[in-house]
Amino acid sequence: MDFSITKQEELFLQMIREFAEKEVKPLAAEIDEQERFPEETVAKMAKLGIMGIPIPTEYGGAGATNQMYSMAVEELSRVCATTGVVVSAHTSLCCAPILEHGTEEQKKKYLPKLASGEWIGAFGLTEPNAGTDAAAQQTMAVEDGDSYILNGSKIFITNANYAHVFVVAAMTDKSQGVKGITTFIVEKGMPGFSIGKKELKLGIRGSATAELIFENVRVPKENVLGKIGGGFAVAMKTLDGGRIGIASQAVGIAQGAMDETVKYTKERKQFGKPISKFQNTQFQMADLETKVQAARLLVRSAAYKKDMHLPFSVDAAMCKLFAAETAMEVTTKAVQFHGGYGYTREYPVERMMRDAKITEIYEGTSEVQRMVIAGKLFK
Amino acid sequence: MNIVVCIKQVPDTTEIKLDPVKGTLIRDGVPSIMNPDDKGGLELALQLKDQYGAHVTVITMGPPQADAILREAFAMGADRAILLTDRKFAGADTLATSHALSAALRQLDYDLIIAGRQAIDGDTAQVGPEIAELLDLPQVSYVEGLKYDGKKTLDIRKQTEEGYQIWQVETPCLLTVLASANKARYMSVSGIVTAFDKEVEIWSADTVKADPATLGLNGSPTRVKKSFTKGAKTAGKVFEVDASEAAELIINKLKEKYII
Repeated sequence: MDFSITKQEELFLQMIREFAEKEVKPLAAEIDEQERFPEETVAKMAKLGIMGIPIPTEYGGAGATNQMYSMAVEELSRVCATTGVVVSAHTSLCCAPILEHGTEEQKKKYLPKLASGEWIGAFGLTEPNAGTDAAAQQTMAVEDGDSYILNGSKIFITNANYAHVFVVAAMTDKSQGVKGITTFIVEKGMPGFSIGKKELKLGIRGSATAELIFENVRVPKENVLGKIGGGFAVAMKTLDGGRIGIASQAVGIAQGAMDETVKYTKERKQFGKPISKFQNTQFQMADLETKVQAARLLVRSAAYKKDMHLPFSVDAAMCKLFAAETAMEVTTKAVQFHGGYGYTREYPVERMMRDAKITEIYEGTSEVQRMVIAGKLFK
Repeated sequence: MNIVVCIKQVPDTTEIKLDPVKGTLIRDGVPSIMNPDDKGGLELALQLKDQYGAHVTVITMGPPQADAILREAFAMGADRAILLTDRKFAGADTLATSHALSAALRQLDYDLIIAGRQAIDGDTAQVGPEIAELLDLPQVSYVEGLKYDGKKTLDIRKQTEEGYQIWQVETPCLLTVLASANKARYMSVSGIVTAFDKEVEIWSADTVKADPATLGLNGSPTRVKKSFTKGAKTAGKVFEVDASEAAELIINKLKEKYII
């Protein structure tokens, strides 16, 4: 395994960092404050190919690696975690399952418009009574001629209000338990399909998180994604990939908080010298820097395995677990280093602390990641 | 329309420090970038490509590492890239650089040559105009915008100290462009992915059939006699007065220091 940055990745980082600094960072506080989805940024990202980074060129994507996709989510999240998750949910949770499990017709129909960013994607698995216990799905899909009729609801769906394509899990045979779950591609505007209440959240407040409501939604059989009864496997594999995206987001948030704290502690003077000169600051920051780099390397390792088509579920769980907890620790301490100022919205670290929390919860809580890791350990 | 854009790799001077003793630049750890005015020129060329289907070639003279800015130009949308690299070019001042580049340009078909106004490392603003002289081309410097009629005529907006001038010029010609002329586009993701599959042509002094006497240190009349770091200025003094009083105050201060 070689973790040096290739010349291509170097050029990619140059582009994405410049884009993040100039186009994303200036809006970060505003979209958080106004709880506003950054449509203008998505349009700019679409133009540059950021909405289809790891999608093959034959389906309209850029044909880049998962490693580069992960770097993009990190760099965007470094300045704005909302923008990071918009890209991550779209790419990992909607484009990826269609690419990996879709028929040729489905890929040709959906991927070019998703990869170009003309359409935004979303993923619906979580329900009011089916969170970590994803098998407790209550959304039903009943076969009816050449279609399935969907009824039920999904909650906490990222990108919901702005998405055009949704990968949705539903029960096709309740008696089969997890083997009775099937995934469907649902399109915005299908009769009976509506978007419910938008959540008011602690962090990633620019991200549009809402409920999906299905009332006798007729979904044609050609929109079944993967096999009938194979939906749980599709969902779990999708989340494996998604965890690399969220771990990248967490590393980005942590790095952003480090950047801010280094800058602040060099400027802030107490007792006649910058607080960066105190050993307490130095030692704590050294520990945090080490953790951020360790988290990043775990992410790189998982992304590398995905690119090499090697098994990566446990790697994805580990990088997501470690990166999320690192992001929470770094951002909490960043606020502490900033003192009273850090608690105000004048500085971005309080936003970063609020944004970091979700990385320990969505796409599998830290507890779920520990279950995945332990499951492999005690197999 | 064939456009050749001359670009240069420079240290990012916003991050550069001077060695206070030797008076030289400390280049260690300083990132190398495409010179901003050159990037502005490349953007202008790419806009002509978007509108009129121009073919855009980028050329640079430099060490093998200069490959990086040619890949960047590919990722922004350039069609062809040439790296002029040879030990015989080493130590070139602006005149020798212009001889090497114009020799290379004679090997190419062009309607328009674009260069940046000046490079942020040397700030001479000489290479573009020198190339135009060597190739006997009309030139407009300090370009901040243009309109093209789709045939042979360019209406150029040239920045001056007082404002701007509008010039009309026919191709073939050479323009030197300001970074502020436009906002350079970002590299696209697919551009970055394919940039490394494309060929950067490596040209030597022999390839461009240049006269060796005009190249490198031999062809450079410039000699650096001494370089030094300017002493730090003392903090300025701020006067808060009305505009009417300000002019008189400034004149008196300048007279006090025997400047006027």
